[in-house]
Amino acid sequence: MHRRGVGAGAIAKKKLAEAKYKERGTVLAEDQIVQMSKQLETFKSNLEEFASKHKQEIRKSSQFRVQFQDMCATIGVDPLASGKGFWSEMLGVGDFYYELGVQIIEVCLALKHRNGGLITLDELHHRVLKGRGKFAQDVSQDDLVRAIKKLKVMGNGFGMIPVGGSYLVQSVPAELNMDHTVVLQLAEKKGYVSVSEIRESLKWERERACHVLDHLLKEGLAWLDSQASGEPQYWLPALFSELTSRDVTPEEANQITP
Amino acid sequence: MDRFTWSNGLLEMNETLVIQQRGVKLYDGEDKAKLDVGIALLSTHQLIWRDLKNNECCIAIPLSQIIYFEEQAAGIGKSAKIVIHLHSAPANKEPGPYQQSKFSYIKLSFKEHGQIEFYRRLTEELSQKRWESTPMSQPIPTATDSQTGRTRAVGIVGIERKIEERRKETDKNISEAFEDLSKLMVKAKEMVELSRSIANKIKDKQGDITEDETIRFKSYLLSMGIANPVTRETHGSGTHYHLQLAKQLGDMLLAPLEERGGMMVLTEVYCLVNRARGMELLSPEDLVNACKMFESLKLPLRLRIFDSGVMVVQLQSHSEEEMISSALDNVTDKGSLTAEEFAKMLGLSVLLSKERLLLAEKMGHLCRDDSVEGLRFYPNLFNSQA
Repeated sequence: MHRRGVGAGAIAKKKLAEAKYKERGTVLAEDQIVQMSKQLETFKSNLEEFASKHKQEIRKSSQFRVQFQDMCATIGVDPLASGKGFWSEMLGVGDFYYELGVQIIEVCLALKHRNGGLITLDELHHRVLKGRGKFAQDVSQDDLVRAIKKLKVMGNGFGMIPVGGSYLVQSVPAELNMDHTVVLQLAEKKGYVSVSEIRESLKWERERACHVLDHLLKEGLAWLDSQASGEPQYWLPALFSELTSRDVTPEEANQITP
Repeated sequence: MDRFTWSNGLLEMNETLVIQQRGVKLYDGEDKAKLDVGIALLSTHQLIWRDLKNNECCIAIPLSQIIYFEEQAAGIGKSAKIVIHLHSAPANKEPGPYQQSKFSYIKLSFKEHGQIEFYRRLTEELSQKRWESTPMSQPIPTATDSQTGRTRAVGIVGIERKIEERRKETDKNISEAFEDLSKLMVKAKEMVELSRSIANKIKDKQGDITEDETIRFKSYLLSMGIANPVTRETHGSGTHYHLQLAKQLGDMLLAPLEERGGMMVLTEVYCLVNRARGMELLSPEDLVNACKMFESLKLPLRLRIFDSGVMVVQLQSHSEEEMISSALDNVTDKGSLTAEEFAKMLGLSVLLSKERLLLAEKMGHLCRDDSVEGLRFYPNLFNSQA
């Protein structure tokens, strides 16, 4: 008897709520979820059709990838959010970028002992291409940028600093504020910078310039050349051109830094 | 290849280097040019090629000589190429590597990739035509067809027409793809709006949503790549998929974690797992979401975020006190330690050994000496000898 009472009461309450909502013309969330499930099935088959016709475009054309990503961003969809997403599964965009992520991490790790965790996008691009080998698909710098954006969520300090028309890619959690960034940008032209250059170009006091340079030294991003004629020079290995640097294999890097 | 002239490879005053790419081999039409692999350089005015081994060997061609160019996709055993169709060489052309050629096009073969960027920049330069507004000191021989014989002119026109047709065809394919893509996006947008409406209702607790329905909804969001706005979380932003993943990781990571002293940086886990999978890779977000579920699934692993923002996976059996006391012992033993020295001693990465020292410092057991020579830790004598 007790049970029947509760049952009847609950059903009546629900019917009342439904009626109220229908009055206001509001659709119930449960109904909407059912609706979404149906729409999802339709969308999935549309996407499958699209993939069968155009999957190659995504693979071959970097320009198409850029457009595709922009369109997704506009409507509020992230095709790279999950490997289990439709976009990834059916268009294969996921694997392309996630694998690129692995390659980027490995390159940055191998060079960290030398440049402190800061590398130009150009150098990163060259090294990733080299590592991928002759038969792999080409990647553009835009592809790298998108892959790096995704890596940020793993909290290892991946970031990009605009410098001289391109970017420096940071792969360690070193704190770099506006002052540090500006000095990096100043150093970009020659690969090094000095205290008096900073004072001249940026009009800073000596203490401020020294503070910033000391921080870069401590983080391992800058090397001090105290034997330079005139005043000491602060060099940034990240900005060394490839012609003056030697390649280090991951094995060698491991020996230097366990 | 007879359009090229010998060059010193130096740029003029108004000329800028746009892009350079190593590992480029030249083709005279369909035949490999009798030159080695070298560097291709694109400036605002010219296309330059330099032999990598013999720097003296350097050739160039003005961009104005280019009629049209197109990509040739890579094949098995073949690198991707850019095919460049050229005007005929003017009569007053300086000498170059080839006296004559039966072809009116060349190819750049990209043995070390880089063709995408090169193609893009070449497109930009040829549409901007910056060489016209900033002429070099030497007059560039302009390409005119008036001097060529009738038969050659007809040949070129024929080629140009074929190129136009092929370009229209490619454009059509791309634009068809974009059209289809736009239609797809319209439908996707509807789904995004629908999901927002549902999310709002769940938030306001309207209606009677069951736990089951919420979980289902989350998996729909996952499939579509829509960010999860639902604040009422049952298992974090995770879904059934992430639950399964978490269990898999729980199995897979035990051995690697033991080998590495009980702790691994998340990016290292990402590389390890994805390299093992080979395909159907995990996204960074998948990994983070799965790791967040370790605790609720009572797995012996934990996701941990240090103050610095570094994220690690650690074995739960790995006690914090152990880490700190071992750090203190080691530092006391040696008098002082830097992160690098500590890393060498333990066989850990520098990043993780630094985190341990920082943790010990946070607990008051160590003091730091921060100078340009590096960050060094000492036992905190204020504490122990106070």
